[in-house]
Amino acid sequence: MNRIDNLFQTKKERVLSIYFTAGFPKLKDTLPIMQAIESAGADIIEVGVPYSDPIADGPTIQDSNQIALDNGMSLKKLFEQLQDMRQTVSLPVVLMGYLNPIIQYGMEAFCKKCQEIGVDGLILPDLPMQQYLDEFKEVFDKYDLRNTFLISPQTSEKRIREIDTHSNGFIYMVSAHSITGARTGISEEQIAYFQRVEAMNLKNPRLIGFGISDSETFTTASKYGNGAIIGSAFIKKIKESQNLKSDIESYIQSVIH
Amino acid sequence: MIKIDEKGFYGKFGGAYIPEMLHPNIEELRENYEQIIATPEFQKEFRGLLKDFVGRPTPLYFASRLSEKYGAKIYLKREDLCHTGAHKVNNTVGQIIMAKKLGKKRIIAETGAGQHGVATATVCALMGMDCTIYMGAVDIQRQRPNVERMKILGAKVVPATSGSQTLKDATNEAMRQWINNPVDTHYIIGSVVGPHPYPEMVARFQSVISEEIKWQLKEKEGTENPDIVIACVGGGSNAAGAFFHYYNVPQVRLVAAEAAGLGVTSGKSAATTVLGTSGILHGSKTLLMQTEDGQVVEPHSISAGLDYPGIGPVHAHLFDIGRAEFVAVEDEDAMKAGIELSRTEGIIPAIETAHAIHALNLIEYSKDDIIVINLSGRGDKDLDTYIKWGGY
Repeated sequence: MNRIDNLFQTKKERVLSIYFTAGFPKLKDTLPIMQAIESAGADIIEVGVPYSDPIADGPTIQDSNQIALDNGMSLKKLFEQLQDMRQTVSLPVVLMGYLNPIIQYGMEAFCKKCQEIGVDGLILPDLPMQQYLDEFKEVFDKYDLRNTFLISPQTSEKRIREIDTHSNGFIYMVSAHSITGARTGISEEQIAYFQRVEAMNLKNPRLIGFGISDSETFTTASKYGNGAIIGSAFIKKIKESQNLKSDIESYIQSVIH
Repeated sequence: MIKIDEKGFYGKFGGAYIPEMLHPNIEELRENYEQIIATPEFQKEFRGLLKDFVGRPTPLYFASRLSEKYGAKIYLKREDLCHTGAHKVNNTVGQIIMAKKLGKKRIIAETGAGQHGVATATVCALMGMDCTIYMGAVDIQRQRPNVERMKILGAKVVPATSGSQTLKDATNEAMRQWINNPVDTHYIIGSVVGPHPYPEMVARFQSVISEEIKWQLKEKEGTENPDIVIACVGGGSNAAGAFFHYYNVPQVRLVAAEAAGLGVTSGKSAATTVLGTSGILHGSKTLLMQTEDGQVVEPHSISAGLDYPGIGPVHAHLFDIGRAEFVAVEDEDAMKAGIELSRTEGIIPAIETAHAIHALNLIEYSKDDIIVINLSGRGDKDLDTYIKWGGY
């Protein structure tokens, strides 16, 4: 069974997903970081595929992308690093990346490789729903990959319904109209948006991302969704870390508890 | 037939590959722009400003000394005489009226050479709208006069400090800021790039160039159709404007001059049709300079306006189906062509435009051929670059 489906069948609240950029801070940190995220008690690992032009990301993740590329990270390299990840990692793994490097690799070859190494889902922020339905849904399904779409406070109710219909896995609720890492804290306006979406009774679980950084914001987000995603705040923690394993574990535990 | 389809594709290229956060903005524009452009009210305001503010129609000038030198009938479409010094203002006038009709209060834009930034700052001043321009930190250094021009006009200029710190990065930054301010802000893209409907909308605002060439040439030569139209291509807005009404007139040859930089094999080039492959950048599928791994390659051109790793999807299509001829012009040859035009016709062209002049050396024609070169901008902004180059 797909690990994302499995997770949400058994856990409906306070699901924590951690994003980091593959090949950052050092090229060979990818797998050790995944192992530390798992042992710290998070629920989903989102591995960012670095790209030269990440238009939905703020300075923190832009930087980590550039550093990873300078370190020599590429999609091929990433697949090499993750080839045997299922020997040590049991959490659901989601790859998050922009479309262009994946298209150059070849979408079918990419999906096939994902299934082979045990990837469960994809988040491709610049893949619009229509293009997904027209060009890629079939191949995602063939290789049992869950596809996550983003919604934002500007997404209309009609469009949220459409996205819910065509999503499987979970929906990524961008907490404010912003790029990543632009906000801290959660405002009343955002809570009104969380409640509006909550009242729609969507079939897919919802994880809230953008602006989640600590126990307080994680708890607030979990109140209105099934959990939350932390990206920029995590990247900042590991950027200067001298001991990845213990820093990751103490950070994630401080968020969960 | 060169025509955009319902999903925003020209053949294999185009589309709208954008983060969901931008979907409402793009949808709003897509659903409304054609209808707004079609209203008599819009047309009256647009045409009025093009005439009285921009100074259109721009002359179609018979360049007699250049014609004699090259052995053809060469006309220059004088977009350099537009207010603000280049064709860019045709588009910003159109888009700012559009933004007003959509109820937007604030304008953002990217700029490379600074011409689009100045043209945007200018129409924002004209309409009393708040204006922020994103510009690569490297470009801010090499186009200082335009930066100051924007500031004098009341715009805020924000440096883009990621990547190569040029046009590509300024465009990334403008898109990010649009995601951050989706409701009250309109993003005026300066070229025929970006997600659908931008490439088509910008081309339509620039199409006034070929619309005028047709009747002006009819007056002078008794025919609407030249044998050849030449324009330089970075993103490709001046070329799209000059080609627009000739896309589907097969006897008119379309020639696009790209920037070869230090040479197409030098690793310092911006010749996208030579070096590029199909990929996605800034929301559309197009030809793109990239690594095997799909990372966008940093381009190089001596002219900031051509220093872009992609081309508009319509140009990728024209290249793909062989409708346009593409030539690659090196930095040195473009600079020499700039001096040549200065001395044969008394016109100092923008360095972007100088690439189109040099194309005369790279294509075949006969002495009876009528050639129209789109003189997209003037060289005032490039004086520093001319001085540093020094070969005059």
